Amino acid sequence: MAAPTTTERPATPSTQDLAPARKGRVGASLLTVLAWIVGIGFFFPILWMVLTAFKQEADAYTTPPKLFFTPTLDQFRAVFDAGIGPYLLNSLFATVVSTILVLVLATPAAFAVSLRPVKKVQDVLFFFISTKMLPVVAAIVPIYVVVNDIGMLDNIWTLIVLYTAMNLPIAVWMMRSFFQEVPKELLEAASMDGASTARSLREVVLPVISPGMAATALICVIFAWNEFFFAVNLTAARAATVPVFLVGFITSEGLYFAKLCAAATLAALPVVIAGWIAQNKLVQGLSFGAVK
Amino acid sequence: MAEVEFDQASRIYTAGAKPAVNRLDLEIADGEFVVLVGPSGSGKSTALRMLAGLEEIDGGQIRIGGRNMVGVPSRDRDIAMVFQNYALYPNKTVGENMAFPLKMRGVPKEERATKVKAAAEILGLSEYLDRKPRALSGGQRQRVAMGRAIVREPQVFLMDEPLSNLDAKMRVSTRTEIAAMQRRLGVTTVYVTHDQVEAMTMGDRVALLKDGELQQFATPAELYDKPANAFVAGFIGSPAMNLFTLPVSEEGVRMGSSELALPRSLRSRITEAGLSTVQLGIRPEQWTVGSNGDGAGVKAQVDVVEELGSDAFLYAHLDDGEQTPVVVRTGGRSGARRGDQIALTPTSEDLHLFDPSTGERV
Ligand SMILES: Nc1ncnc2c1ncn2[C@@H]1O[C@H](COP(=O)(O)OP(=O)(O)OP(=O)(O)O)[C@@H](O)[C@H]1O
Ligand SMILES: [Mg+2]
Repeated sequence: MAAPTTTERPATPSTQDLAPARKGRVGASLLTVLAWIVGIGFFFPILWMVLTAFKQEADAYTTPPKLFFTPTLDQFRAVFDAGIGPYLLNSLFATVVSTILVLVLATPAAFAVSLRPVKKVQDVLFFFISTKMLPVVAAIVPIYVVVNDIGMLDNIWTLIVLYTAMNLPIAVWMMRSFFQEVPKELLEAASMDGASTARSLREVVLPVISPGMAATALICVIFAWNEFFFAVNLTAARAATVPVFLVGFITSEGLYFAKLCAAATLAALPVVIAGWIAQNKLVQGLSFGAVK
Repeated sequence: MAEVEFDQASRIYTAGAKPAVNRLDLEIADGEFVVLVGPSGSGKSTALRMLAGLEEIDGGQIRIGGRNMVGVPSRDRDIAMVFQNYALYPNKTVGENMAFPLKMRGVPKEERATKVKAAAEILGLSEYLDRKPRALSGGQRQRVAMGRAIVREPQVFLMDEPLSNLDAKMRVSTRTEIAAMQRRLGVTTVYVTHDQVEAMTMGDRVALLKDGELQQFATPAELYDKPANAFVAGFIGSPAMNLFTLPVSEEGVRMGSSELALPRSLRSRITEAGLSTVQLGIRPEQWTVGSNGDGAGVKAQVDVVEELGSDAFLYAHLDDGEQTPVVVRTGGRSGARRGDQIALTPTSEDLHLFDPSTGERV
């Protein structure tokens, strides 16, 4: 940055010219340091959780904390013995099915509020997002009553319906912003070429916004996987999910910290994997190549 | 292949506002190359998009091959369009892009491949068939867009400023290629541009629009020689025609202190129309330049000389007290310089006369 300025005006590289550049450089390194601090601040608890998961319960409670210890898989074994398996399956099922449902429903909805705008788009969009304005706590009692009345308590499909409803507004908004990036000439070209609306959506638009869909799917997966409130209130033995299982580890007697960390590590793993898979799509970015 | 008719076709974007295209009448013959030209916002794209089925037809009809297109969706009109930004499908290869319209129409795979190969051959794209559009140059993308339009052998080609993203040199060569290809394929073509040179060089006929209204629909030569009104006269030709509003006199018109004699044919047209002032149009090449001393002609002073090699353009102003600007074409190496005093005489006969109140040709 500074080099071209000085070569352009070699005669008088006055201090006024250099001062902002130096200030900029100092500012940049401060920002870098800050970014590292924030980054480590975020990462450290996770690192600590993973480390603790490999400790014996006794090691997990020492002050000052032990950095060097003999790693063990005992806690993971204990977690599996406690029966995390069915909970993992429930979480997986609820997450995958609800995410698929959300994408299937949100894609045409987002299409209708972006590329092929219906009437009163603003009102429709506000309606979608307004459903997220009521705190879940306020809705849980009526939901509980309804679910109870139709005999769907402790049923995984109840969670699937709720997770779909919970993620749908966000997904529509996200997908809409990706759709809006698509040049409308692409759709027009497709319709000239003889494609029906459904066909041009499938063959032309969706491949273009697939990174956006990946991002949307990832968000839905994370929200559904981590959801606790509905799960704890509406499920019991059969349909409970991993977050409910985690809480079960917090007991009043005995040491549970390392075991909890091991369970939490296991619970976090699928999300990390999903993120890693989605990342391949995400980094491609929305590629319009020839049209933009 | 088919003829295309605009019959009083209108497009009104917002109720109450002026129509973007107002009662457009065009009859385009089968196999004809028609260019829609006009200044920005004149409704060229709108007219084309109405024909394409991408814009509603709010009034009148548009017919393709005699069939009314009102309410017919784009995909059932059997037309192909080349967009300004090409609108290639970014996730498909060049070959897939070109095959897409065939695929949508259920053409079997082998036939698709043969047709795409043939089109790619013509367009010099054979070696790029497996590339994605983003790995092509602007000119190559333009060709792919052309290819996607021609493989299907549609009834009508539509093109909206397909050359405007190319550099000047490419634009000239591609212009010729498109015109040649259209003549060879013989497909009715409607081509939109704001560049009057493109319009004049490519079109069999040119439709000039302004504010959604058709000004004139004629061959390039007719547009140049017999502009229907002062707007057409000023729009076609580069540099533009000189237009002067002048009082009518005994022998012709008064231009500043001097009198400009007009031939009898023109004078009788003025009297017939009963005009006391008239708008006189003189093209830059319709002047003879004399030196200031010999008395004849209108006196002017040269401001700028543009030497183009074969020609030179003199940008001057008249000594009429109002410094009216005037453009004159002379042969190359005119020797004229800035500040020269010159005398201008129109080479009479086919000058252009317009009614100053309506702008219509007299
Ligand atoms: N979607 C729209 N909604 C409202 N008005 C529009 C719309 N599209 C175009 N117009 C108006 O219609 C008129 C004609 O526009 P059009 O795009 O056809 O012009 P054009 O001749 O193609 O101009 P350009 O050379 O700049 O492309 C303009 O006044 C424009 O503002
Ligand atoms: Mg346009």
